[in-house]
Amino acid sequence: MNNKSTYSAIRFGLGFSPNETPPSGADALLAQLTNVDLAANSFPITQFRDRAKLSVTYDKTNRARKTDKTKEPNFLAAKETLNQTKRADLLNSMAQPIYGPHGFRERLVMFWTDHFTTRAKRTVNEGLVSSFVAEAIRPYVAGNFTDMLLASTLHPVMLVYLDQNASVGPNSDFGISKSRGLNENLAREVLELHTLGVAGAYSQNDVRQLAELLTGLIGNVQRELKFVPSRAEPGSETILGTEYGGGLPSIDDIKLVLRDLAQHPNTAKHITKKLAVHFISDEPGDDILEKMSSAYTKSNGDFMAVYAAMLSHDDAWNNFGAKIKRPDEYLFSAIRALGVRQGTLLGMNKTNVSRLLLGPLALMDQPFQQPSGPDGWPEDAQAWTSPQSLAGRIQWAMAAPRAFRRSNIDPREFVKSALGDIASDNLRFAAKAAESRWEGIGLILASPDFNRR
Amino acid sequence: MENKFNRRKFLTRSASILGCSAAAFPLVSCITTASAPWDNRLVIIVLRGGMDGLDVVRPIGDKNYKNLRPGILAGSNLTKYGLDGFYALNPAFSALIPMWKAGELAFAQAVSTPYRSKRSHFDGQDILEAGTGLDVPDGRIKDGWLNRVLQTVPGVHAKTAFAVGRDQLQILSGDAPVLNWAPSTRLDISPASRSLLELIYHDDPLFQMASTEAMNLAQTLDANAMIDENGELPSQMSMEMMTDKAASKADAPRQLASFTAARLQEESRIASFSIGGWDTHNNQSRALKRGAGQLQSALLTLKKDLGPIWEKTTVLAMTEFGRSVRENGTGGTDHGTGGLMIMAGGALSGAKVHGKWPGLRDRDLYGGRDLMPATDVRSYAAWAMHNLYGIEKSLLESTIFPDLDMGRDPRILA
Repeated sequence: MNNKSTYSAIRFGLGFSPNETPPSGADALLAQLTNVDLAANSFPITQFRDRAKLSVTYDKTNRARKTDKTKEPNFLAAKETLNQTKRADLLNSMAQPIYGPHGFRERLVMFWTDHFTTRAKRTVNEGLVSSFVAEAIRPYVAGNFTDMLLASTLHPVMLVYLDQNASVGPNSDFGISKSRGLNENLAREVLELHTLGVAGAYSQNDVRQLAELLTGLIGNVQRELKFVPSRAEPGSETILGTEYGGGLPSIDDIKLVLRDLAQHPNTAKHITKKLAVHFISDEPGDDILEKMSSAYTKSNGDFMAVYAAMLSHDDAWNNFGAKIKRPDEYLFSAIRALGVRQGTLLGMNKTNVSRLLLGPLALMDQPFQQPSGPDGWPEDAQAWTSPQSLAGRIQWAMAAPRAFRRSNIDPREFVKSALGDIASDNLRFAAKAAESRWEGIGLILASPDFNRR
Repeated sequence: MENKFNRRKFLTRSASILGCSAAAFPLVSCITTASAPWDNRLVIIVLRGGMDGLDVVRPIGDKNYKNLRPGILAGSNLTKYGLDGFYALNPAFSALIPMWKAGELAFAQAVSTPYRSKRSHFDGQDILEAGTGLDVPDGRIKDGWLNRVLQTVPGVHAKTAFAVGRDQLQILSGDAPVLNWAPSTRLDISPASRSLLELIYHDDPLFQMASTEAMNLAQTLDANAMIDENGELPSQMSMEMMTDKAASKADAPRQLASFTAARLQEESRIASFSIGGWDTHNNQSRALKRGAGQLQSALLTLKKDLGPIWEKTTVLAMTEFGRSVRENGTGGTDHGTGGLMIMAGGALSGAKVHGKWPGLRDRDLYGGRDLMPATDVRSYAAWAMHNLYGIEKSLLESTIFPDLDMGRDPRILA
């Protein structure tokens, strides 16, 4: 007997907040996406360009101090600025989903961030993923897949993560003079993970040809995106039967193939199934998949049409709890439900960030912004209910809330405010029967009721 | 205090020796112990950060060595812990000498993965754990080589392999079931809360099973390693979130090893954990001591806690790359190529430094700066898998370690 606002808040958002009225259903969720992105404005993330400079300065001053001891203060200053910026970006990127008024938008940002997985390869560059998300994911979640594919594939954070800077046309001027060659990583993941999917109609030869077409593309913290023709493989490439390039090497050919890949029928199926698996069920029904992929095809990859198809289907509004919240969703929704004040979160010091946020996420098997591979985080319920992952949740539930809030919360009230009409009788009983209020809160947050959506 | 400590220790020991005890492990089922697909135990330790093999097993017989490391070697006794006339052990590792004398310690010098491109920790560790055959990261392979080993063996169950500690272990990730657990996980919940948890998980099989297993693991850990210095048990009501420092302490290599040994005495046969901190760019003679202490304590704890099972145990400690042969301007070394693998266990064939020595003259070096890798580190691992678990060479040289030529058996195992 769950109502649509429960589904809207918990399945499609980050749960109830004591300070917000939950969205009332599909229309309200879609309306969030046409509104101004208030969370991005309230909790700004440092731009890639500025954040990258801090990494470069850190490295430069670190090198300088090794030969000249008087340069030590420069290094310490650079390190301090870097660390402060890292922490501010980290907390702001968590504040967006916790305090943002548009929960569905936040969940979409998390979904697409995972679809276009990136990760820092060096400690100094940690947090650059937040800039990537702010620039290549977040502005596009209510737009079109093509635009997001272009923005993310051509972002320096992606180019570094998938080794594009190491890829050189073997017959380009640069390739010949330095005897360097291709690195297929970006091309492979664009086809296998980002567009057609692993079951898609591409071959190893298509991977190779796309890798050749992508040569010339470079970008990293030292310089933003650039196309260097002298690194580009000369001649045309054929990808999925279509010929690209052949004239002077140009980034336009790369944009062209990405546009075509975004419109490929395999992509429509792959993308929409992934969305349904993430939001609805580990095994979504054929009918909703069919409706979503045909919405994608008809609209040429327009996200609003795809989301509308998903939200207008009955499957979106039944079988509550089919999915387990990912650890980050769990953590954000718990902090949200607890009504933790913004100032408390944003003012956290390094120790508390580690013991209340980053450490616990790692124990729950989801170290923040550190997925182990480009295929991102798992979706299936088993992956998030390993003994370790669940123990991490229980431990956080039992210990963290009292660190976030000085004043007590009554578990009998909390079970209603956090879970609305979905709390089981057993949980309502447990909330009453707990030995202390904080243990009652812990039990509620550790319950399947709170961990499922 | 002393008494309490001993009594507790005694209880724990007896439980371990008996394999299982209803009193100590009320929720662990003991009858499944025989169901493991094999009896040999394997521990893989990933040494993260790039261990300087040249400073661990020192090639003092090479006349160029001392000149390349004037600062690092200054004041260090080069010959005190001689291994075989050519190599000597860094005194920081001297606690391992008894193991060496017992024939339970061996090394492979000048080894590396196929990784050559950029000397990045991240890529280097990915390649080490994926076991891939290219000199760059191979996007086609997303699981770890030790998981692929499990995939080839029938009878593997969820507890056959254990990933221990907070670090992600790509080496064990993949389709074969693997349990993971960080000893820093604390589930010290009051008995009342515990029974209420059981109530709210009762109707949800996924949560019910996972929480039961989690409680068991947390509890065996309590019995094994949770006794503090004064012999006091942790307070039942202490529900502090641990600070990073406290968690690091609880996940210290000794605790990881102790937890690993407890698992290997039960149903687990393969386990892996990481020891970090090998990235010794500055003041290496001090920085390496820390890693040495941790690795030694892990190996000695494994031997002690495993008891008779140590005889059936092989430990392989691998790192993503070695370090530059010349010391740098800050008393350390930078990222390099050829490195060292450390082997331990009662299953070894004897104390030996394996591997062909490539030399340290300028023209011997890789890229003019690194120890030239003489052997693919994967071939040692592959021979161990072949000899411990009977895995076919053809499988090892394709699916498990793509493009590997295992070469001749280095006979590291008895």
